[in-house]
Amino acid sequence: MSTQPEPKNVKAARFSPAAGAASFFRWLSSSRKKYGGEWWIMIAGIVVIVLILTMTVFPQVFTRYSPTDQNAGGQMTPPSRDHIMGTDNLSRDVWARVVYGAQTILGVAMAAALLSAIIGIPLGLLSGFAGGVFDRILSLVMDSMYSFPGLILAIAFAAMLGPGVINITLAVAVVYIPTYFRLVRGQTLSIKEEVYVEAARAIGARRGTILTRYIFPNVIATVVVILSLNIADAIMTEASLSYIGLGLPAGIPDWGMDLSMGKKFLPSGIWWMITFPGLMIMLLALGFTMLGEGLAEILNPRLLEK
Amino acid sequence: MAPLISAQEVVKEFPLRGTIFDALNPKKKCVHAVDGVSFTIDEGEVLGLAGESGSGKSTTGRLLLRLIEPTRGRIEYRGRNIVSFAPRDMEHLRAKAQIVFQDPNSSLSPRMSVGQAISHPLQIHGIGTPAERKERVLDLMEKVGLSPAPFIYRKYPHQLSGGQSQRVVLARALVTQPDFLVADEPIAMADVSVRALILQLMRQLKEEMGLTYLFITHDLATAKYLCDRIAVMYLGRIVEIATRDELFRSPHHPYTRALLAAVPVPDPKARRDKKLPKGEIPSAINPPSGCHFHPRCPFAMPACREARPPMREIRPGHFSACILD
Amino acid sequence: MTDNQTILEVKNLSITYPITIGNVRAVQDVSFTLANGEALGLVGESGCGKSTLGLSLLDLLRPPGRVSGGQILYRGRDILGFDARELLKLRGQSISMIFQNPLTSLNPLFTVEHHFLETIHFHDPTLPKDRAREGVEKMLAELGIEAKRLKEYPHQLSGGMRQRIMIGLALIMNPDILIADEPTTSLDVIVEAGFTDLLLSLRSVYKLSIILITHNLGLVAEIADRIAVMYGGKIMEVATAEDIFAHPLHPYTQGLIDCVPNILLDQKELVTMPGSPPDLVNPPTGCRFAPRCPKVMPICRQKEPTLMEHAPAHTAACWLYQKGEA
Repeated sequence: MSTQPEPKNVKAARFSPAAGAASFFRWLSSSRKKYGGEWWIMIAGIVVIVLILTMTVFPQVFTRYSPTDQNAGGQMTPPSRDHIMGTDNLSRDVWARVVYGAQTILGVAMAAALLSAIIGIPLGLLSGFAGGVFDRILSLVMDSMYSFPGLILAIAFAAMLGPGVINITLAVAVVYIPTYFRLVRGQTLSIKEEVYVEAARAIGARRGTILTRYIFPNVIATVVVILSLNIADAIMTEASLSYIGLGLPAGIPDWGMDLSMGKKFLPSGIWWMITFPGLMIMLLALGFTMLGEGLAEILNPRLLEK
Repeated sequence: MAPLISAQEVVKEFPLRGTIFDALNPKKKCVHAVDGVSFTIDEGEVLGLAGESGSGKSTTGRLLLRLIEPTRGRIEYRGRNIVSFAPRDMEHLRAKAQIVFQDPNSSLSPRMSVGQAISHPLQIHGIGTPAERKERVLDLMEKVGLSPAPFIYRKYPHQLSGGQSQRVVLARALVTQPDFLVADEPIAMADVSVRALILQLMRQLKEEMGLTYLFITHDLATAKYLCDRIAVMYLGRIVEIATRDELFRSPHHPYTRALLAAVPVPDPKARRDKKLPKGEIPSAINPPSGCHFHPRCPFAMPACREARPPMREIRPGHFSACILD
Repeated sequence: MTDNQTILEVKNLSITYPITIGNVRAVQDVSFTLANGEALGLVGESGCGKSTLGLSLLDLLRPPGRVSGGQILYRGRDILGFDARELLKLRGQSISMIFQNPLTSLNPLFTVEHHFLETIHFHDPTLPKDRAREGVEKMLAELGIEAKRLKEYPHQLSGGMRQRIMIGLALIMNPDILIADEPTTSLDVIVEAGFTDLLLSLRSVYKLSIILITHNLGLVAEIADRIAVMYGGKIMEVATAEDIFAHPLHPYTQGLIDCVPNILLDQKELVTMPGSPPDLVNPPTGCRFAPRCPKVMPICRQKEPTLMEHAPAHTAACWLYQKGEA
């Protein structure tokens, strides 16, 4: 009989990271027996993500070239044994640019998603819990932001903030704050009416305690799923921003930027400059999507069947 | 000796949200959930609060613990009016007066283990060190029949049976050693055989821990088994209070009599007196004038429509809100 | 009241539904009969299989639950072999069912009248509308509901009234059998009493046979002629209502009766049955009640007793009465 897995992101948890990791793996192996396709989807997503993460941490393992070396090989040579993804118009190795570019896009996307969560979740909790005028005003603001097409909003902020990695992260983060806000607020509103919240009041818990120990842990399950899907979306947004040319200075390797550069040369038959960065963007986004969808399938039926 | 709990003319009205015009109207429509209720509970007593839906019994239970604010009236715990308690006094009250709800599964946070749930009240009131708390919780768990305690300590609500969950809820309510417990239909959702176990447990705990209960129920048969005195409520008002034996032997109020006659008896040879009051329970938003029961009462007289009948003592300790003789 | 003609016969019925860790044997090898005009009570606690059994009688089991063996003979024909068309005809016209929560059984978008007319039209499309309306008004009179309620929507009615509408819908096509699954659990005490009276009067007016599925011993004592007690997916005892309460044979039946508060008695102590219902995926060997039985014997844990007659018209599955090979 399996025990309930500890929720991975419980704020009030006093577990050591080792204990958390151990219980995570226990849960992983127990869930494999129970679930079919969703489990494999989730694992596939994890594999892709881990692979690309390794690429960001140990780029030297994957390529000996530097992404900025403009003398790597010939100019615009097709994929060969030496340059498996060919070289670009500045004679840089495309595969090297792909490997090092992962750092940028993954870093920005994850940081942005995390930032949105850190801002959106507490706001959603407070808004849902407190209600009243505060809730009304905040909801209005968030709904207005939410109704903007994400990319337009990101472009607007990126243009306002100017170039730079931090700025592009902020621009992407702003887009997703309403997502977390709305989700958490909705959950808070319904959980607030649960009997166990009233029971918590009855044993004397103060509002802060109720929020952190009774409401938040019950909200967090759906948020974990959203985080993963959110990162997938943030990847696309970041790539789009740098594709347009906003945000990043020219020196930093970035898939979106390479995409836009590769577009220029495509009519000449130079397909490798655009294809590989494009494939990588797709793969990375897919990885996070699969993780999120797999998690959603696994977590939610359990939540629903009670 | 002064009673442990005293409710005096307690009123609770829930405002109805309507249009802005309703809000401006001084005679705004509201749900008259509790309409001037008065009673006392002595220490060590089990007072039953019986009634059907809309009677206000659950609301009354919550008012006694000030989980809901009363619109009017006094609610006294050991002689002090809790309605005027400061937050710090309320904190003390929370340790001394507790509640158990109807559905144990929704009374427990799905993300808290049994041990965490039961020890949380101790944490809130700063009682003991973590080790002492765990010790106390384990002891209490054994006492309420959650055995083996260390094993169940780590479990989560969805892994427990209905009977076990309700025991956890009981343990959580009793861990701060309160003297007063409101039990709001604690067995209504349990299986037949589990009900008996919980009732027996409640009786046992009452003796061992010196508890006083307010036992809210819609089932008079259960009330007969557990309670010393019983108050019958209808549409926000108490219509009759008496000791258990007195109430079942000579019920006075027509509603009480109807309720008693309607209770199904697990014995095919017991034939029910088939005269049931006509109609259904009216809305608490627009209750009937005078005596709330008069539209359905087989003995209704013109006077019943005019004024609310006062609670009169028809026999020593037996009160009824009916002008009948 | 009954004419002793068997209208429904369940033979060795088994129902299982698969879950991730195995097969839940919700109902195992259950047999009973229902005579024409009789009221049979199926009594048990949650998980005993009574509701699942009730659903199967109309082939309303939700997949992946399925009947894994046995027969359900209505007037001699096995309904498990019916095709879709015959089943549609069976439900509502021959056998009807009402459930615990009338609010969710009624469509909030349609008036009371619409519910009735739609039901009638579905079963008898050729019936002219005014004749149908007449039938509906007659039914409402039987139910004790004023005709003006026809134009109202479910949310405008009280719980008791909705449950009456449900009975009306179930009986409008004059079926032979009514299955009622916990019909009064959501009702107040006085409303429940009124409902019980209604059910009994409708029974004589429409010459109904009733299967009452409930855990409420008081309710079943008022309505049922015969009672079958279920536990762990099996029938433990069957007898007339009087015999079940006055002379229960099976220890589970006895335990059940002893642990229910009786308002007419002065009960000092309620006898309790500790323990919990059996695991239906891997049931214990022997009698399913053995782990909790106060009168358990060694043979109880080894072999399952069979349902046998130990007194006139009184069957029980218990080694206390069955001469067994040890």
